[in-house]
Amino acid sequence: MSIPVLKFDAVIVGAGGAGLRSAIQLSEAGQKTAVLSKVFPTRSHTVAAQGGVAASLGNSEEDHWHWHMYDTVKGSDWLGDQDAIEFMCRKANEVVVELEHYGMPFDRLDNGKIYQRPFGGHMSNFGEKPVRRSCAAADRTGHAMLHAMYQRNVKANTQFFVEWMALDLIRDSEGAVVGVTAMEMETGQVVIFHAKAVIFATGGSGRIYYSSTNAFINTGDGLGMAARAGIPLEDMEFWQFHPTGVAGAGVLITEGVRGEGGILRNASKERFMERYAPNAKDLASRDVVSRAMATEIKEGRGCGPNKDYVLLDITHLDPATIMKRLPGIREIGIQFAGVDCIKEPLPVVPTCHYQMGGIPTNYSGRVVAPKNGELRAEVPGFYAAGECACASVHGANRLGTNSLLDLLVFGKSAGDSAVEDLKLGKAHRELPADAAAQSLARIDALNTRRGGASVNETRLAMQRTMQDHAGVFRFGDMLKQGVEKILEVEKAARQLEIGDKSLVWNTARVEALEMENLIEVAKATMISAEARKESRGAHVRDDAPDTPEHPNGRDDENWLKHTLFSPVDNTITYKPVNMTPLSVETIALKTRSY
Amino acid sequence: MTHDEIGKLRWRCVRRALLELDISLSRFLDERFSGLTDKDQRLFAELVEMEDHDLWYLISGQAECKEIRFEPIVAMLRKGTVS
Ligand SMILES: Cc1cc2nc3c(=O)[nH]c(=O)nc-3n(C[C@H](O)[C@H](O)[C@H](O)COP(=O)(O)OP(=O)(O)OC[C@H]3O[C@@H](n4cnc5c(N)ncnc54)[C@H](O)[C@@H]3O)c2cc1C
Repeated sequence: MSIPVLKFDAVIVGAGGAGLRSAIQLSEAGQKTAVLSKVFPTRSHTVAAQGGVAASLGNSEEDHWHWHMYDTVKGSDWLGDQDAIEFMCRKANEVVVELEHYGMPFDRLDNGKIYQRPFGGHMSNFGEKPVRRSCAAADRTGHAMLHAMYQRNVKANTQFFVEWMALDLIRDSEGAVVGVTAMEMETGQVVIFHAKAVIFATGGSGRIYYSSTNAFINTGDGLGMAARAGIPLEDMEFWQFHPTGVAGAGVLITEGVRGEGGILRNASKERFMERYAPNAKDLASRDVVSRAMATEIKEGRGCGPNKDYVLLDITHLDPATIMKRLPGIREIGIQFAGVDCIKEPLPVVPTCHYQMGGIPTNYSGRVVAPKNGELRAEVPGFYAAGECACASVHGANRLGTNSLLDLLVFGKSAGDSAVEDLKLGKAHRELPADAAAQSLARIDALNTRRGGASVNETRLAMQRTMQDHAGVFRFGDMLKQGVEKILEVEKAARQLEIGDKSLVWNTARVEALEMENLIEVAKATMISAEARKESRGAHVRDDAPDTPEHPNGRDDENWLKHTLFSPVDNTITYKPVNMTPLSVETIALKTRSY
Repeated sequence: MTHDEIGKLRWRCVRRALLELDISLSRFLDERFSGLTDKDQRLFAELVEMEDHDLWYLISGQAECKEIRFEPIVAMLRKGTVS
């Protein structure tokens, strides 16, 4: 069968914040650029971001990129690479001001400057006191950002392929990336995109967990494609959880609910936070609250028939206060939990929110992987940015508002690096003869297989396994069992069967293809988490507790290193953290406490 | 609606920017959609073309429906919220 080939200078997979930002660099430099997206660009998940984007503009009070850098290193629990973190924090003002020029309607101060608000973990003067660093556009920051960048791309003649799903990465015999295969949903046609530069900006993979704040689209396609092409995945054990997602649905309940007096209770109605954080109680930090909830559930004090959630109680608050101060909360409870929170408490669980790990890159947005003993060898023609990439600036834990910054800075630098490489004027590398073979075989298997596994059941088994065995608080025995279980699920995921075999707009087929990506991410997460025997940032193990030798359970002597999971043989190697910033002194190791 | 039209509509309902919409629209498709008249099915398809935040505020009752023709569909979507 002959497969159509479309030729571009650059192909970007993903039209969220990272993809659109890198496309601007390429198109404005005159490179012929294609952007592929599963959905219309302004339906990308970046739209959900409300909190804002961090930049030390200092519009309301003194601020400095060096303080931001310190906060980010500390937030990362020292696992972030300090060169990349310095690069990001120094570039923040520039990329935010650029956005302003693209027409982003930031909230403003009376003097016309961008209004900034405080956000957890962002401090002035090297951790002294909270600072106003987050720039927002009402409650639609991500949405406004995408609109501004989409318009800019339209002007620059970026070519969009909307409702196209990239299937596989194409590498030649030397390992260079030469394109991707993709499927147009409207026709079911598979096409080869032949390019000199391929940028992945496919977003997160939060749907590997049963309870996730991520929209259904976050199926880790970029990671799945990279893994199938033999690229290792970095630091996949690190996932940030939000303490209060609606049990079952995952929809996020803002911290504001506890701020207004909401109380967490277990099956016997006990206010259990009094035992874990006698002073702050329900207002303790995210990780403390999440761990307490997980412990209550693990020890059998959860609620409901499966004892798998706790309750967030605001029934003691005045209904008028709830309606006024917490708009939308009542609707969320009714819609997603079938509970009117004015009369009954809401079922909540710690919920997966953000992936710190991903496709390994350097701060120029170039993908790097071990080769011939070199741990950070660049993969020619391959770049990545945004939540799918690991630069690594978030290390073991991301600070709020730093991910929108990450996608702007590294989206731009990935674009710039691609432009720089394209300017060398080399021709397209040749496509391998079997460029589309892997994708066609995957689709063919789905079209013909009988007696295989159901996509829904396999996804559910994966999500349950991840939630129970590699959740917000981790236990050595559970992780060990989890590895076995996820390898079992993987067998099913390799044998998926779909009922609808039609060609056009076949959601069942797309979901099966997505499932093949999710399982790569789930497996990498479970195996990497089992292997890391310390607690650090968002990876907290019961058997690596807080001790005087190892505060917070962190063990720098043995574990100050990045995990690289090789999907080819399920093995792990490690690479050192880059502790050398670009221009300033190393931010020395310290216990992370707030 | 034809098989292909429904397939396209389904994709545009289950891959939204907001999780809230993924859940409520896919539930509506599974539970209510097939019982609608062809005219109402098309109105629903038109309605879901709205921007995500606007649509969610509408469905969750935080915003008023400004177009009379959408009112019956919005009412059904809102009812879906109490079931
Ligand atoms: C509820 C919520 C609130 C948040 N709030 C904030 C906040 O206030 N501040 C902050 O900094 N961060 C926030 N975050 C995190 C932040 O929003 C994300 O990390 C960020 O938006 C990811 O952007 P991205 O460009 O990497 O990916 P996305 O915006 O998710 O875009 C991914 C793109 O890739 C495309 N794609 C994926 N797979 C394929 C494929 N196979 N083929 C073709 N296209 C594909 C998709 O169609 C999409 O266009 C929040 C996250 C959530 C879930």
